[in-house]
Amino acid sequence: MVEFLSRPWPWYVAGPLIGLTVPILLLLGNRMLGISSNFRHLCAAVSPGRSEFFRYDWKRVGGWNLVFALGLVLGGYLGGVVLASPDPVAISAATVADLQALGVEDFSGLVPSDVFSWAGLFSLKGFVMLVLGGFLVGFGTAYAGGCTSGHAISGLADLQPASLIAVVGFFIGGLIGTFVVLPLIF
Amino acid sequence: MSATVMERADRGSTALSRLGGFLGYLLVGAFFGLVMTKSEAISWFRIQEMFRFQSFHMYGLIFTAVGVAALSLFVLRRTGARALTGERIVVPPKELGRGYRYWIGGTMFGLGWALTGACPGPLFVHLGRGVSVILVVIASAVLGTRLYGHLRPKLPHY
Repeated sequence: MVEFLSRPWPWYVAGPLIGLTVPILLLLGNRMLGISSNFRHLCAAVSPGRSEFFRYDWKRVGGWNLVFALGLVLGGYLGGVVLASPDPVAISAATVADLQALGVEDFSGLVPSDVFSWAGLFSLKGFVMLVLGGFLVGFGTAYAGGCTSGHAISGLADLQPASLIAVVGFFIGGLIGTFVVLPLIF
Repeated sequence: MSATVMERADRGSTALSRLGGFLGYLLVGAFFGLVMTKSEAISWFRIQEMFRFQSFHMYGLIFTAVGVAALSLFVLRRTGARALTGERIVVPPKELGRGYRYWIGGTMFGLGWALTGACPGPLFVHLGRGVSVILVVIASAVLGTRLYGHLRPKLPHY
């Protein structure tokens, strides 16, 4: 059973399960799935400064989401340690070839190990990808008012035009990152 | 229960309901994190594959998720469903205007997503997997949000 669950799950199983999180959260407490606001709640909790953006009752508005994020950590342990798959991610041969041409060597994990490590942090590509990349995730999602869960899943499911624009933006940015920035830094 | 009692249902008013709420959100988060991990949606390699349009995997994941979520929203609205807390389930619409915040913010996030191979959810999931350096990415993201809050009055939104 553990071995069966440890194998990678196909998109047609995982997708619907992810989608179900939306009604589950709504039924639990009229909460809309959206993870990026946790960065805002963390700012409000730790260091709101003088910004009006962080002056709200983060415990009432965001307490549930911070607990959800704690759940994500547990889920990562469950899925990534307890039920970890021993095999590398079965990405397409074309992707492997492209990434090898870029300079990626280790395909054994879920992320490239030479970048996602404390040692990797001090290389140019590691710094750009982790620190700058992370910064853009935080700034961008706050500016756009949502991330993949908030806009691509919840927003699109709600047929919000704003979310469609956000998702198009996600892809424009992603393509720039993939085809312009990564080749420059790798 | 009468309608007025339901309407006045105070979210988390008793210690037991607060504990229940805590456990509920924790479990749903764990479920979400588990599915994200096993479906490899948290994998930098999968995100690269997605942005290179070299596999249907991530698209299938997102499309089916949106489909199921959309159907659920339709059903919840049609049936006038209420949350466990008693309140009517309502999803507020997002203001669009000219959409500047979605274009610009979206593109910035997308760039970050391609570089880190992670959107906000996976960042927390990686922490659970033991990728300790992800703390730096999360810290950087929080700083990014912090700077946005500071610059917000000067940025075009709608």
